[in-house]
Amino acid sequence: MPTSRDPASAKTVEGPAAAVADVPAGASIAVGGFGLSGNPETAIQALRDLGVGDLTVVSNNCGVDDFGLGILLANRQVRKMVSSYVGENKIFEQQFLSGELEVELVPQGTLAERLRAGGAGIPAFYTPAGVGTPIADGKETREIDGREYLLEHGITTDFAIVRAWKGDTAGNLVYRKTARNFNPLVATAGRITIAEVEELVPVGELDPDHVHTPGIYVQRIFRSPGLEKRIERRTVREVAA
Amino acid sequence: MSTPTTLTPRQRIIARAALEIQSDTYVNLGIGLPTLLADVATDRANVLLQSENGLLGIGPYPTEDALDADLINAGKETVTAVPGASFFDSAESFAMIRGGHIDLAILGGMEVSQTGDLANWTIPGKMIKGMGGAMDLVQGAKRTIVIMEHVTRAGEPRIKRECDLPLTGKGVVDRLVTDLAVFDIDRDGLVLVEALGGTPIDEIRAKTGAPFEVTRAALGSAVA
Repeated sequence: MPTSRDPASAKTVEGPAAAVADVPAGASIAVGGFGLSGNPETAIQALRDLGVGDLTVVSNNCGVDDFGLGILLANRQVRKMVSSYVGENKIFEQQFLSGELEVELVPQGTLAERLRAGGAGIPAFYTPAGVGTPIADGKETREIDGREYLLEHGITTDFAIVRAWKGDTAGNLVYRKTARNFNPLVATAGRITIAEVEELVPVGELDPDHVHTPGIYVQRIFRSPGLEKRIERRTVREVAA
Repeated sequence: MSTPTTLTPRQRIIARAALEIQSDTYVNLGIGLPTLLADVATDRANVLLQSENGLLGIGPYPTEDALDADLINAGKETVTAVPGASFFDSAESFAMIRGGHIDLAILGGMEVSQTGDLANWTIPGKMIKGMGGAMDLVQGAKRTIVIMEHVTRAGEPRIKRECDLPLTGKGVVDRLVTDLAVFDIDRDGLVLVEALGGTPIDEIRAKTGAPFEVTRAALGSAVA
């Protein structure tokens, strides 16, 4: 049974607006999700409503024009994006090609590892991804056992925003299927990590063996007021007759 | 092998590339053209398809009533998971890729050089999509096969002495399958191992922007 002293209840916040209320202009924010899957949808909408600008956003993709992180671009709140793939977003392309938006393209595995490393206290690591390409420009390289590697730096951010399937009031998180993607890594990289969950349960309900993100990484948690869970590419097969 | 010439170039590429997927392997298919190989691959014995967003064991597209926004492939298409599949985060996914655990990556290409350089992620000033997981895949997969149409829409060779577009990786392509030919690429350069659909060697030479050797088998597969 839970004791009357619940050390973690201080983490629960009422909703997305309260969760992001102190994000200042110029903040760096890591955001979980792959495409529109596993996006902290309502937290992103709350950031849009908050209106703070000059943001640096670290996220594998940048949503689509009218959903996900795309709405922050459309509202001109983003100064710099750090991503691996942005091919789904016309506003992104326009703002980048016109020089309005600064972009750091990072190979996907390198981006994942940079977030993991940042959250794990590893300042930098060597990887073969990007050797001999424009990504290597200006980076330290080193030959190890006859093969060339690039030095890539860990990423930490002021805030991190993730979405999980279930969370408890201690901040423990469980993700569902491929909606996990970057979320566990992003959760470790933020100095303040905000979790939007589909289901918020009392401490003790999650099996500790099934927790993907231990609550130590999560400072604020709220039950999502409602997810659209938009599907980016709806592909189906016919049922065999 | 002879491929019916009634197929479109893309169909011809897919039909030939399908032969490259061996039983009992872990395979990553890039987005776009390679994704069309998914059905063939899942029909082959013990092939598990890896999707870099965090799924080992991609299944067929779902039926309408099984659509799930939380279950997509790297091309953001809704998919299913086969029995024996697993889900994991993006760092784990690329540990698999970078760590040499993926047997085969099949990727699309825009340009390939005679030494196996690949360009497939950006056209400066015109198109910015990003490299996604391609730069990690070409370095980490045990074998990398690129599939692409032999020439551009304007009829220019995509196979060149040096790539003009920014690279995805240097010396990373092991085999190249186009609608006209199959090449192996090693230290010494391009080797034509197969002319598809009986394409004459002279035609392949005319449409290829780099010199290549021709194997005996390739000579046999071409129309004289």
